Amino acid sequence: MNITVKLFATFRFGRFAAATRQYPPSTQIGEVISELQIPESQVSMIMLNGRHANPDQRLNDGDSLALFPLVAGG
Amino acid sequence: MDKILRVDMNNLSTHIEPVPPEWTALGGRALTSTIVAGEVIPTCHPLGKDNKLVFAPGLLSGTTAANSGRFSAGAKSPLTGTIKESNAGGLAAQMFGRLGIKALIIEGLPKGDNWYSLHVSKDGVSIAQETELIGKGNFAVVEALEKRLGKKTGVLTIGPAGEMKMLAANISVKDSDSKLRSHGRGGLGAVMGSKRIKFISIDDSGAPGIQLADREKFTAAARVFARALLDHPGTGQGLPTFGTAEMVNIVNEAGGLPTRNFTYGRYEGHETISGETMRETIIARGGKPRHGCQPGCIIQCSQVYNDKNGKYVTSGFEYETIETLGANACLGNLDQIAEADYIMDDIGVDSIETSVAFGVAMEGGVLPFGDGEGVLRMLREEIGKGTPLGRILGNGAGNVGKAYGITRVPVVKNQAIPAYDPRSIKGIGITYATSTMGADHTMGYAVATNLMGVGGGIVDPLKKDGQVELSRHLQIATVMLDSMGLCLFIGFPAADIPTCVPALMDMINARFGLELTPDWLGGLGVTTLKTERAFNQAAGFTNKDDRLPEFFREPLPPHNAVWDFTDEEIDEFWNF
Repeated sequence: MNITVKLFATFRFGRFAAATRQYPPSTQIGEVISELQIPESQVSMIMLNGRHANPDQRLNDGDSLALFPLVAGG
Repeated sequence: MDKILRVDMNNLSTHIEPVPPEWTALGGRALTSTIVAGEVIPTCHPLGKDNKLVFAPGLLSGTTAANSGRFSAGAKSPLTGTIKESNAGGLAAQMFGRLGIKALIIEGLPKGDNWYSLHVSKDGVSIAQETELIGKGNFAVVEALEKRLGKKTGVLTIGPAGEMKMLAANISVKDSDSKLRSHGRGGLGAVMGSKRIKFISIDDSGAPGIQLADREKFTAAARVFARALLDHPGTGQGLPTFGTAEMVNIVNEAGGLPTRNFTYGRYEGHETISGETMRETIIARGGKPRHGCQPGCIIQCSQVYNDKNGKYVTSGFEYETIETLGANACLGNLDQIAEADYIMDDIGVDSIETSVAFGVAMEGGVLPFGDGEGVLRMLREEIGKGTPLGRILGNGAGNVGKAYGITRVPVVKNQAIPAYDPRSIKGIGITYATSTMGADHTMGYAVATNLMGVGGGIVDPLKKDGQVELSRHLQIATVMLDSMGLCLFIGFPAADIPTCVPALMDMINARFGLELTPDWLGGLGVTTLKTERAFNQAAGFTNKDDRLPEFFREPLPPHNAVWDFTDEEIDEFWNF
């Protein structure tokens, strides 16, 4: 299935800003995080289609997944 | 800190007074609000003879404590009609701290049409007539004063907007690069203009300096405190790397990025104005991605932004300015927004109030959405010169809405709502509604908890649950930061790193030889908020003023979120 993965702030360093990537059906968000070699402890905010999500949630074809480190001030 | 400086503009006299015992343990906002509430008639006209303009450094300002150089300015606000405290970085707080000045209180109005300046030094404060710099922009004032008084002089100044008493007028503070930081919100520049004071210069040579009650204890605590700031990923990594503009992509993803005058929650051009793009642009052009607003800042969320030729354009280029011009007014162009930021600093207007006012003006057909050149021209030629249109724009978003018959006017208590839509980030909406000073994200920054879980886990931004309690907790804690002279971002390590608040208490106690506890800090927050609210109530405000504009009941894409708090739910905020 196709998942749009969006990375922000320091997660982009050495990776990418946004990409459509292929994953097997029922992939969990945590599996995407580890595939990208991002330590889960550094992930402060996961947004699935613009809403907060957890690493154990499963993805569906066409989902948009956004991963943020802790950046907190404006 | 051992003295109060008082200036009476009615008869052009100055006085040095001892600090009353009840003000001893107060500083920054707690002190300015106590003085304004105690000495200003709540129903007075903010630009009349009975308003007072008060400046106070924080309790820790002037010490080596990291990020303790915020300076508070307070008065009755001409924009909101409420009590107001606005704090800024720059050099003034630390200079006042070293001079032993607890507060500078300016009262009365001079007779006649002359303009004046004040000069603060170890000998007190003096008044002089000023002619040369009247009508000048803030950068020219700083440059001229450095020639007149020396490179090290501290400066507080108003631009043409303050002279013309526009309600968006700010007070600028010189920083260590001879650039500007701003007491932005609430139109305090108009209060200074009403008193016909163009600038205040500060000379701290021969200052007595800070006398620490327990130097060893202070130094040890200051080290622990600094460590906490560096260890927190928000203050130690995110802010220094991307600046506050790091919030553009986060808030966009969350669907709360005000776009096209608060019509949409996402902006298609968000990447062009993001912190990530800004960082790359700054580095490519030889600017500085890290920069402090005050000496002793170890967070360095500020930056120096250059143009394509590597020439300085602006510094202190904040998320709120970038968002409200970039997405909300649809400029989508960092170079134009940076130039607008510089002009706003120079003419002396709040970059939030003014940028949001442009969004409303665009809806009113004054200029098209996305017209960056139009914004730059109107800043220079209309607001900067005080034309009739410029005075409408320079009086803020609420007044632009009235002038052009607009119903989508994002203000609370007539102060512009900054760069977070309260429908999708509900905690900050409670702060906007209940703040004693009109809509202001810095009064209780619920965004960090709503989106990132700072302070013990995410409070779902799209739900009502827990938002009132969250905003109340943050508004009480923020008084503490605003009174110590601490940067707002200390709130993140204070919430997440257990050593941070004890180190803060140790620093305060070692500074003054006190035995205060964290309970005292919370009490300071509660007392100050209630003092501020009592002033507002005496000025005529009621619970009915703690409301968001009606249009927030309309759904906001992409989540189609609406502002759905009842009046009773909002009013529960004050139940403490």
